[in-house]
Amino acid sequence: MMDRAACLAGVRLAYRRAVALDGVDLEIPAGCLAGVVGPDGVGKSSLLALIAGARAIREGQVEVLGGDMRRAAHRRETRPRIAYMPQGLGRNLYGSLSVAENIDFFARLFGLGAAERERRIDLLTRATGLAEFTERPAAKLSGGMQQKLGLCCALVHNPDLLVLDEPTTGVDPLSRRQFWDLVGHVRAARPGMSVLVATATFEEAERFDWLAMLDAGRLLATGPPDALRERTGADSLEAAFIALLPAARRKAHVPVDRGERAREPQAEAVIEARALTRRFGDFTAVDQASFSIGRGEIFGFVGSNGCGKTTTMKMLTGLLEPSEGEARLFGEQVDPRDLATRRRVGYMAQFFSLYRELSVRRNLALHAGLYGIQGDAARARIAELAERFDLQDHLDDLPKALPLGHRQRLSLAAAVIHRPSVLILDEPTSGVDPVARDAFWQILARLSRDDGVTLFISTHFMNEAARCDRVALMHAGRVLAVDAPAALVKASGAADLEAAFVARLRREQDDAGSTAALDEVSAQGRRDERADSADSAGNAGNAGRAPRVRFDLRRLLAHARRERLELQRDPLRLAMALIGSVILLFVMSYGISLDVDDLTFAVLDRDRTTLSRDYTGDIAGSRYFVERPPITSEDALEARMRAGELGLAIEIPPGFAADIARGRSARVGAWIDGSMPQRAETIRGYVQGMHAHWLARKAREAGHEAALITPYRLETRFRYNPDLESLVAMVPAVIPLLLMLIPAMLTALSVVREKELGSITNFHVTPTTRLEFLVGKQLPYIVLSMGSFLLLVLMALSVFDIALKGSFATLSAGALVYLAAATAVGLVISTFMRSQIAAIFGTAVLSIIPAVSFSGMIEPVSSLEGLGRLIGEVYPTTHFLMIARGAFAKGLGFEALQGAFVPLLIAVPVLLGLAVLLLAKQER
Amino acid sequence: MRMANVTRLGVKELQTLLRDPIMLALIVYAFTVSIHAAATAMPETLNEAPITVVDEDRSPLSRRLVDAFQPPYFEPPTPTTLARMESRLDEGLTAFALDIPPAFQRDVLAGRQPALQLNVDATRMTQAFSGAGYIEAIVNQEVGGFVERYRAGASPAAPVALELRALYNPQLNQAWFGGVMELTARITMLAIILTGAALIREREHGTLEHLMVMPVTPLEVMLAKILSMGLVVLIAASLSLLLVVQALIGVPIAGSVPLFLAGTVLHLFAATSMGVALGTFARSMPQFALLILLVLLPLLMLSGAMTPRESMPAFIRWLMLAAPDTHFVMLSQAILFRGAGIAVVWPQFLALLVVGVALFAASLAGFRRAVGALAH
Repeated sequence: MMDRAACLAGVRLAYRRAVALDGVDLEIPAGCLAGVVGPDGVGKSSLLALIAGARAIREGQVEVLGGDMRRAAHRRETRPRIAYMPQGLGRNLYGSLSVAENIDFFARLFGLGAAERERRIDLLTRATGLAEFTERPAAKLSGGMQQKLGLCCALVHNPDLLVLDEPTTGVDPLSRRQFWDLVGHVRAARPGMSVLVATATFEEAERFDWLAMLDAGRLLATGPPDALRERTGADSLEAAFIALLPAARRKAHVPVDRGERAREPQAEAVIEARALTRRFGDFTAVDQASFSIGRGEIFGFVGSNGCGKTTTMKMLTGLLEPSEGEARLFGEQVDPRDLATRRRVGYMAQFFSLYRELSVRRNLALHAGLYGIQGDAARARIAELAERFDLQDHLDDLPKALPLGHRQRLSLAAAVIHRPSVLILDEPTSGVDPVARDAFWQILARLSRDDGVTLFISTHFMNEAARCDRVALMHAGRVLAVDAPAALVKASGAADLEAAFVARLRREQDDAGSTAALDEVSAQGRRDERADSADSAGNAGNAGRAPRVRFDLRRLLAHARRERLELQRDPLRLAMALIGSVILLFVMSYGISLDVDDLTFAVLDRDRTTLSRDYTGDIAGSRYFVERPPITSEDALEARMRAGELGLAIEIPPGFAADIARGRSARVGAWIDGSMPQRAETIRGYVQGMHAHWLARKAREAGHEAALITPYRLETRFRYNPDLESLVAMVPAVIPLLLMLIPAMLTALSVVREKELGSITNFHVTPTTRLEFLVGKQLPYIVLSMGSFLLLVLMALSVFDIALKGSFATLSAGALVYLAAATAVGLVISTFMRSQIAAIFGTAVLSIIPAVSFSGMIEPVSSLEGLGRLIGEVYPTTHFLMIARGAFAKGLGFEALQGAFVPLLIAVPVLLGLAVLLLAKQER
Repeated sequence: MRMANVTRLGVKELQTLLRDPIMLALIVYAFTVSIHAAATAMPETLNEAPITVVDEDRSPLSRRLVDAFQPPYFEPPTPTTLARMESRLDEGLTAFALDIPPAFQRDVLAGRQPALQLNVDATRMTQAFSGAGYIEAIVNQEVGGFVERYRAGASPAAPVALELRALYNPQLNQAWFGGVMELTARITMLAIILTGAALIREREHGTLEHLMVMPVTPLEVMLAKILSMGLVVLIAASLSLLLVVQALIGVPIAGSVPLFLAGTVLHLFAATSMGVALGTFARSMPQFALLILLVLLPLLMLSGAMTPRESMPAFIRWLMLAAPDTHFVMLSQAILFRGAGIAVVWPQFLALLVVGVALFAASLAGFRRAVGALAH
């Protein structure tokens, strides 16, 4: 066993402007619970991301588990041994997948067998109290429950190094204990495992074996907590930290005056819940909750994760309609449409809900503006809040570049910007460091005491709850108790509020199950450890584990399975992909007709003789033309052509019949609307044909038969589609079009969506290779699209009654290769784009246009010019169109069509290779 | 409704867009290179059509025929054998195959009316018909000219001459038509995607819910999106019309550009409203992406910009009157090609207004419903 888990030397990391890490040299001992502690924004997360291999190293040396993390080969080897849980609530989870499926996915990534996966899911969910919720989608879990699930996912493969970034953010006190119990048991069972945790909470840091204190991207000190306290002569870690700060920074960290506010008599109820109930389906999230909050009161809301606090708060803001009961604000029932009330309320949601793509300053300015604060007043207010919440240095940063704690401060600043008289705050201090939390509570206290603001605040920090005037304790949708914190402690007979709370919750929920599970964790862990050491002693390899480093089919299938599940959870998308393609085939095949008929024409007849009427009668009688009322004058001709009413105007000159009778040549004018050249071309053809026909008829009538005999006959055979029917030409052309656009659009969001929502981290830190990731995503969509393909062919044969004259096997094989190419087109776009909007628009622009215009659907590729021709030559649709038309209309088999397979077979690896190149394995 | 809030939220939308350089690059590409490529790719009527000739005669007349097929209408013909001709057609290597039988020249001169066989790949609909016409005309001219040298002045002059003139686009230049129509397609595409996706992003990121606790009404949020995204598209469309369509492709704009832009504004009102409606209907970005395809494809292909409305089945023609695109394409063609004024295109303006108001009302209702159902 090596003596250190990670070793850093001269590590620097700078984002656009801000320096996150400024020359860190650090050795983290192995086999212990090591912590990185420091306030928000000192570089803890960056440090952990570098160690876990999630972020690319820019400067300095990072050695993890005995190897250089700069080397891709070492990263590949160590990834199976590292588990990383990123910061933020549920960032690396898949919302539409259930709890069990999320854990199962991670287990599969690390190559665990079926029985093993099931056993571990069962064990971990019981140990974390998630056993009841294994079937619930992760998106429907509360923030704290998502954190627990994140830990389960990290622990599932018995890592040698567990990297946890502020794992207990938003986790309730009881769960927090269970969380650390679980980590403790896992460690006890696997003494070799190293755990590295980032935290901003010094109390939490007390339990660590070894600490690294970090400030402003620099290391302050390292060592066991006791040693650090001893070295500084401080009685707490927090004091030790402050003592270790450079003198200049120390001033900023003067221990804050935790001013208790004077109690005020409760006047009228400002916020009131009367038997408030909310059900989602058959699940009752809030059950008969009743309480009332007086003016100027600080009312705390504590309870286990997922007990209904957020739902209750949303009903009080009017965001959510109660199923039963009444939510009242300012003595009136909450009316979601009442803007005047909204102006008096500030609300901060549990999940970050400001604009990620706007800078801090712009977010604040937008909020100020929407509440009617403008100009200098707004600027002054923003400056004031930036100072109060310590955001001055970040005003021009994007929220996503901010540490979690600063992001929370921004949300809070936005919630109070309009000086509301009621503040409803849903876990506002989750993830905020203690110093900032104190400062924040001072602000709250002042708001309440000086300005009479009523505060309704939920929290998982019991020292915060203790500062409230009254606290409501909630569990499983019910309000268990409402009283002053001291009274609650007294009633429970516990030492402090936290103990009282934990005791009360223990009474409510049976955690015998989780205790038993924890014991099992230890026992199982010891067995695994023995198996591992037996392994390394040279026994036969354990087939259930040991995933391959480079390419592993199981990992690929794990990604495919997850993508498939997400698709299954979205029946609307499935339906649109399948039924949508059928509808489109219908609309487009019938709609895009290349037969030009029903053309409008009118006559300006200045001759008005039998002969002139005879001439135009030919056109009027044709099935291609529809006659409109005669034209009366030159001006009318021009006006009606201009209005687009006429496609063709025929002008017969005066004396037409007389001229012909006298053997003089007469001239007929034909005006064609040229604004649509294709149509004009067709009209020209028709008119010329009819003119020639008329002349021939006249000649015959005049007895000039002989002169008109042509010296040859031209026998024109329209092959493959003798009746020149549009449908026969269109259906086999529309199918390739749809099979490009829909599959490309399906995969176009797959990667960029993970980038936007955060789960891409899992790809960064697990052993998955880029090819496994991409092909895994691609597979389900190829299968789905093959389904569409069969459906479309079936439609063509049955509804459109088009014969498949050639080989179905060839057509299907072509479709399979083509779909692989189409989905790869989507993947290329998806890996390249940064936002989902850009991916959608990009797919529309980069795939619809070449498929419709350059692939030979209407104009053959060989006739195209310029860039369009070049694109058309290489675009997959061109070649599958050839296969589809060949198989449908021309009755061809593989022999004749193999030429079209070659470019498709080349396109798939080229496109996939491009996607692989565009996809970064590490965050940069 | 307060205009100040609409402006503020609208500015926010624009700032968001400016933060996405790839998206901006895509917009520029879509309105420049992509329009130019699509417009100029379309051949001038029959262009470089591949033709195969089987010359079994090898006479001066047959050689004269072979040489008559020249660019730009045809690719220089590929000589081949009767046996290879079939496979060339099958493999799609050629669109036309002309077979000149043995002793063709002799039979022509002897007045035996020998038969030329022309095979046309009819799956290439557009080319099949016009191409066959061109070939017939060329053969006629060549054989006629050849025969005339032998029996000069035999046929009487035709008593009636037909003077064909194409108005508005005398050379029937496809690029003119393509340029304008591609522009209308881009306008619709961008307007719908930008607004719909901007709405869904707000939902996915929880910012919409956040807006709903502030003194902002759904109408304000929606108007902000419609106005800001409409403005973006309008700017892109104006620049593209002047720089790409007019200057680069060289389309002579016959009518009033301000009138066209006024029509574009009305169309954008309808199209962005449609985007919002789709954005409220879809619950996630992946759903929206598919929905967009299901809506955009019929819109673009059946609006009359691709194939003439006259040739569509009646029910589709009728149905497409409900789509703003149809009216927009009509007014674009009328104003830009035919130089029509408001006296001519007012029905399209009115139709766009009616369709726009209906879509706006529908999307506002949908948006209110979506906001109501936010929390779960």
